[in-house]
Amino acid sequence: MHSPLEKALPSPSRIAIHAVLLLAVVLYLVPLVVMLLTSFKTPEDISTGNLLSWPAVITGIGWVKAWSTVSGYFWNSIMITVPAVLISTAIGALNGYVLSMWRFRGSQLFFGLLLFGCFLPFQTVLLPASFTLGKLGLASTTTGLVLVHVVYGLAFTTLFFRNFYVSIPDALVKAARLDGAGFFTIFRRIILPMSTPIIMVCLIWQFTQIWNDFLFGVVFSSGDSQPITVALNNLVNTSTGAKEYNVDMAAAMIAGLPTLLVYVVAGKYFVRGLTAGAVKG
Amino acid sequence: MTTATAQLRASPLDALQRWLPKLVLAPSMFIVLVGFYGYILWTFVLSFTTSTFLPTYKWAGLAQYARLFDNDRWWVASKNLVLFGGLFIAISLVIGVVLAVLLDQRIRREGFIRTLYLYPMALSMIVTGTAWKWLLNPGMGLDKLLRDWGWEGFRLDWLIDPDRVVYCLVIAAVWQASGFIMAMFLAGLRGVDPSIIRAAQIDGASLPRIYWRVVLPSLRPVFFSSLMILSHIAIKSFDLVAAMTAGGPGYSSDLPAMFMYSFTFSRGQMGMGSASAILMLGAILAILVPYLYSELRSKRHA
Repeated sequence: MHSPLEKALPSPSRIAIHAVLLLAVVLYLVPLVVMLLTSFKTPEDISTGNLLSWPAVITGIGWVKAWSTVSGYFWNSIMITVPAVLISTAIGALNGYVLSMWRFRGSQLFFGLLLFGCFLPFQTVLLPASFTLGKLGLASTTTGLVLVHVVYGLAFTTLFFRNFYVSIPDALVKAARLDGAGFFTIFRRIILPMSTPIIMVCLIWQFTQIWNDFLFGVVFSSGDSQPITVALNNLVNTSTGAKEYNVDMAAAMIAGLPTLLVYVVAGKYFVRGLTAGAVKG
Repeated sequence: MTTATAQLRASPLDALQRWLPKLVLAPSMFIVLVGFYGYILWTFVLSFTTSTFLPTYKWAGLAQYARLFDNDRWWVASKNLVLFGGLFIAISLVIGVVLAVLLDQRIRREGFIRTLYLYPMALSMIVTGTAWKWLLNPGMGLDKLLRDWGWEGFRLDWLIDPDRVVYCLVIAAVWQASGFIMAMFLAGLRGVDPSIIRAAQIDGASLPRIYWRVVLPSLRPVFFSSLMILSHIAIKSFDLVAAMTAGGPGYSSDLPAMFMYSFTFSRGQMGMGSASAILMLGAILAILVPYLYSELRSKRHA
């Protein structure tokens, strides 16, 4: 698997390689370190010190203020993300199952049409979607955002499951069918139990996408129904009063922590989803 | 094959079984036809109307497109996209490839290092933008840090400089996405047959040369996928601008996605906003169609 080159490299170049890799690690980490340091400082400390100076006093005041400002929106994001992730994953699994094992005339064409959704610039659907949400009485509600995320998440969730199921041997399903097992029985008894990895990939992908969404949030919600990303943007970009950078950074951390946590816990699936979605989509 | 087995026994229950897959797919088909293609068409129609704050269906011909091309802000946004996209893609690719090649040299703790390169990808562009807005803050951010560290003449005020503000977007976007490119190339490198490298070494080629001449050219598909994804990110970039600059100073850091949003939803220029959305779609298609074409062709040849 590894390239068998280690011995071929003289040691100065290996030192150089490590130095470059380490430098990159530092550069990738700096913004996170700065955010954390700033979030635990007092505003006076921020103006006298610099980005990487250690807090004179470590204080949680920034976090407390940030949480009291954004906590409602944090819950909105949960109310939007959890159902949208579950529903779009469930539909994606069923779609993928049909598109790989129960193909019919036109199903391939449909898959092609659906795939385009992975590239669709959402700007081309924003207006009609907002008219529709208005007609449905879902404008500026978290339910409306759930609906939008389900609809425009389908392309990726279906793609994940379809590509995963395509590699499962046909014989398995055929045998079950000859034994008289029906569509849903086969899905529940045979397909679903072997789907754990792709379910993880799909859940994590959708969670990251929907939690991090800003465009749908800012267009389809207002006031009390806004997700955390919109609230964070509002907080950071309001020009009234003195800027409290500690609060800004704590709020940014709060908005970023759920996805960071998922990445740390299930990074393997995160990367697999990225590359699967990427290479194919 | 499906129909053959099902037709063996044609009881009503079997008929239902035969229809089930279609029934299950039906809602998604509806969603795709209406929510994807129907809505695109709707937006397309709107771009030919005089719509302002509310949609009206009074035909305006190409007037909205003409207005768009007369609009200085649209040109700034488009030029910014070329500059931002070009730099973002090029720098992310270079950094991604270099880090992937270096990480491929049997580095201890490779997994851990990889994790640290990739974590920004898990963050929202709003969080990224917020962080970099602070880092690039003139007077308080890196600007001050490097002066504090003894570099007296250091100045970094790009965020408020209309001529340089786009570079700020590039820096933040590269920070977020380059680790992802690294991951894609590293996965590609792991698929390269080691015997090719060994053979080239026996021929006396130096390692950098082998990578440059043999290994990297074999990763063409990864290169094109990365190019595709990065340009897609660039064209859709909206959150990053919103969080970092809101398009400013003035509209010097505007991008088409931001332009579309503010004209459609804040300025009540629905017709012109729709026209700009359609042009964004055109840009995506201009990249997507050749890509898919070459993908399909290479599959047929394979």
